[in-house]
Amino acid sequence: MKFVTEFRDPVAARALIAEIGSLADGQPPRKFMEVCGGHTHAIYRHGIETLLPESVEMVHGPGCPVCVIPMGRIDDAIALASIDGVTMCCFGDMMRVPGGKSTLLEAKANGADVRVVYSPLDALAIAEREPGREVIFLAVGFETTAPSTAVTAMQARERGVSNFSIFCNHVTIVPPVKAILDSPGMSLDGFLGPGHVSTVIGTRPYEFVARDYGLPLVTAGFEPVDILQGVAMLLRQLADGRCEVENQYKRVVRDAGNTAALEILGQVFSIRPHFEWRGLGFIAQSALALNDQFAAWDAEQRFEIPGVRVADPKACQCGEVLKGAIRPWECKVFGSACTPETPIGTCMVSSEGACAAYFNYGRFRARTRIPVTSA
Amino acid sequence: MTTQDERDQVLERIEQWKLRPSRLTDDVITMAHGAGGKASQSLTEAVFKAAYGGPQLDRLDDGAVLDIPSGSRVVVTTDAFVVTPRRFPGGSLGDLAVNGTVNDLAVMGATPKWLTVSAVLEEGLPIDELRDIVGDVASAAGAVGVEIVAGDTKVVERGAADGCYLTTTGVGLVAAEQRLGAEHVEPGDVVLVSGTIGDHGMAVMLARGDLALEADISSDTAPIHSATAALLDAVPSTRWMRDPTRGGLASACNELSVAASLGVSLFEDALPVKPPVSGACELLGLDPLYVANEGKFVAVVPADTVDVALDALRSTPVAAEAVAVGEINDEHPGMVVAHTPFGGSRIVDMLVGAPLPRIC
Repeated sequence: MKFVTEFRDPVAARALIAEIGSLADGQPPRKFMEVCGGHTHAIYRHGIETLLPESVEMVHGPGCPVCVIPMGRIDDAIALASIDGVTMCCFGDMMRVPGGKSTLLEAKANGADVRVVYSPLDALAIAEREPGREVIFLAVGFETTAPSTAVTAMQARERGVSNFSIFCNHVTIVPPVKAILDSPGMSLDGFLGPGHVSTVIGTRPYEFVARDYGLPLVTAGFEPVDILQGVAMLLRQLADGRCEVENQYKRVVRDAGNTAALEILGQVFSIRPHFEWRGLGFIAQSALALNDQFAAWDAEQRFEIPGVRVADPKACQCGEVLKGAIRPWECKVFGSACTPETPIGTCMVSSEGACAAYFNYGRFRARTRIPVTSA
Repeated sequence: MTTQDERDQVLERIEQWKLRPSRLTDDVITMAHGAGGKASQSLTEAVFKAAYGGPQLDRLDDGAVLDIPSGSRVVVTTDAFVVTPRRFPGGSLGDLAVNGTVNDLAVMGATPKWLTVSAVLEEGLPIDELRDIVGDVASAAGAVGVEIVAGDTKVVERGAADGCYLTTTGVGLVAAEQRLGAEHVEPGDVVLVSGTIGDHGMAVMLARGDLALEADISSDTAPIHSATAALLDAVPSTRWMRDPTRGGLASACNELSVAASLGVSLFEDALPVKPPVSGACELLGLDPLYVANEGKFVAVVPADTVDVALDALRSTPVAAEAVAVGEINDEHPGMVVAHTPFGGSRIVDMLVGAPLPRIC
């Protein structure tokens, strides 16, 4: 566990909490959005919200890849999984995401062959092991997971695996951040930039945030000390009157990103003209599709897909939550109609979703707010 | 033309053959072994009775008659075991089937005495594997000193079950004055854990082999009755015990907080987790608090008995690493809250559905 424990060090954390306290002292209230679902999860998992001064609020952004998949695409995945002879492989947390009518977990119970894999390469291995089946990998995620899907597509082509294909739902991080910045009523004071995505794309793609919108952005890691340091760096920029793109996660993230991974992405994917995001609607050039050279491994080209758009449930305010306009518990159905057992919106499904994270880990704060210690 | 004498000899031979114990010559389980005829009988004789026969089981009556000492109360529990794979680092289906039920009795404060074993076998199961499983049942029962007094075998068609399922029912005895229960838990009481958490769940998850992860993690499957007995002996005022199997320590504490209408505070830096287990959990996005244990228990004792309780627990090999991990309060009834080492806190809720690894 080395390389993790030092970033959970209580002494370092307390020093940062004290620093945050003094930086926030006498300043106006600050609202920072953590873009990435991994950050949201870590913030609740380690009780970080309970340690921040009341004037510093974390707003949970759209960076949970499971949460932003629209219901119509889940229905498409279920339709694919229900084709005779098809084996659908997906990541574990896609299983419970509700489509228009059901989930992949229910499709499995009804006889569809749906299997949880930990890597797209596992799905390719299943295809090679079971040549009689059509194996489809349900690809989701930002630029973090897209390179592993790209490598898998390249290996499928190299090895001539013809019974394997990819149902691509990869999305990109910059367009939704821009959409949030352009949305009316946006009241953020800065961004905690995503860590894992940035290992691939680097920090340069965020420069428009500082340049065009005058807001600071700090790319941060996922351990408590990383997040606290990221918040302190944001506060320091604001106190100094600066707005820059800074990198707290230097041990992993290079400014230019991972050039090898970016090159592979370019070889395998093309950018879709537009893609629907749950709660955010259609965003131009925000998603990836397999390019023409990989058409033979593109499930959308090989199978009949219903492609029916399903409107988000009226009561669900996932979009407002994803934009940071309301907090999870301010949603009309939070905790009543929408719970982790019966999620209406996808923010409640994945443990990275802002609503599920708050429901699982954060409720305590709302009931009995712990006084902030600056020890 | 045969003489009367010769005919008598033939009849005698047939009689002798009928009296001979039936022999099991098959290699795999077939539907015949569940049909109740000679094949069933031979399986019972050659596999089950051979492994754990005893005065009660050998009678092959429809039920066992148990002698209960006067003044004792009887505790009964039952559990089904369907683990995949059936053999994993640190244990097997047979070990689990005995230890799981023995441990349920132990945390009720009972001395485990008798077990019944019911097996559902899938057509095609190699009989050698069944012998191994049943052998593990016998040795685990022998280690605890429980007698297997009744059993049943059913065979289902290929595909209708996954190899072998075992159900064990356990009967134990508890002293008349023994009082354990969530209703006795009070604010200020201390929560103890008998050792490291998460070992079994991670061992089984890795043994399934679809994670492409290798780590030196063994299941903790073990009977805990000696440790629960030592604790009850040293601290008769022990309030409540539970073995945190599926759903892990988090679920056990949630059940306690609801049943007692009190809050449970856990201190994260006190939770004992082996480094490979916490590393594997970290990689898979799982929380060791929710991962299954099979040789551990959680106990609540009055605050002024903690040292005595820990000394008693640590004197038994199965609870040598026992520690205090939390306390009971009346500040957040029905809720379990974990305190992070640097002063943060979070709710530890019941698990919803199966623990699914996170994407990134």
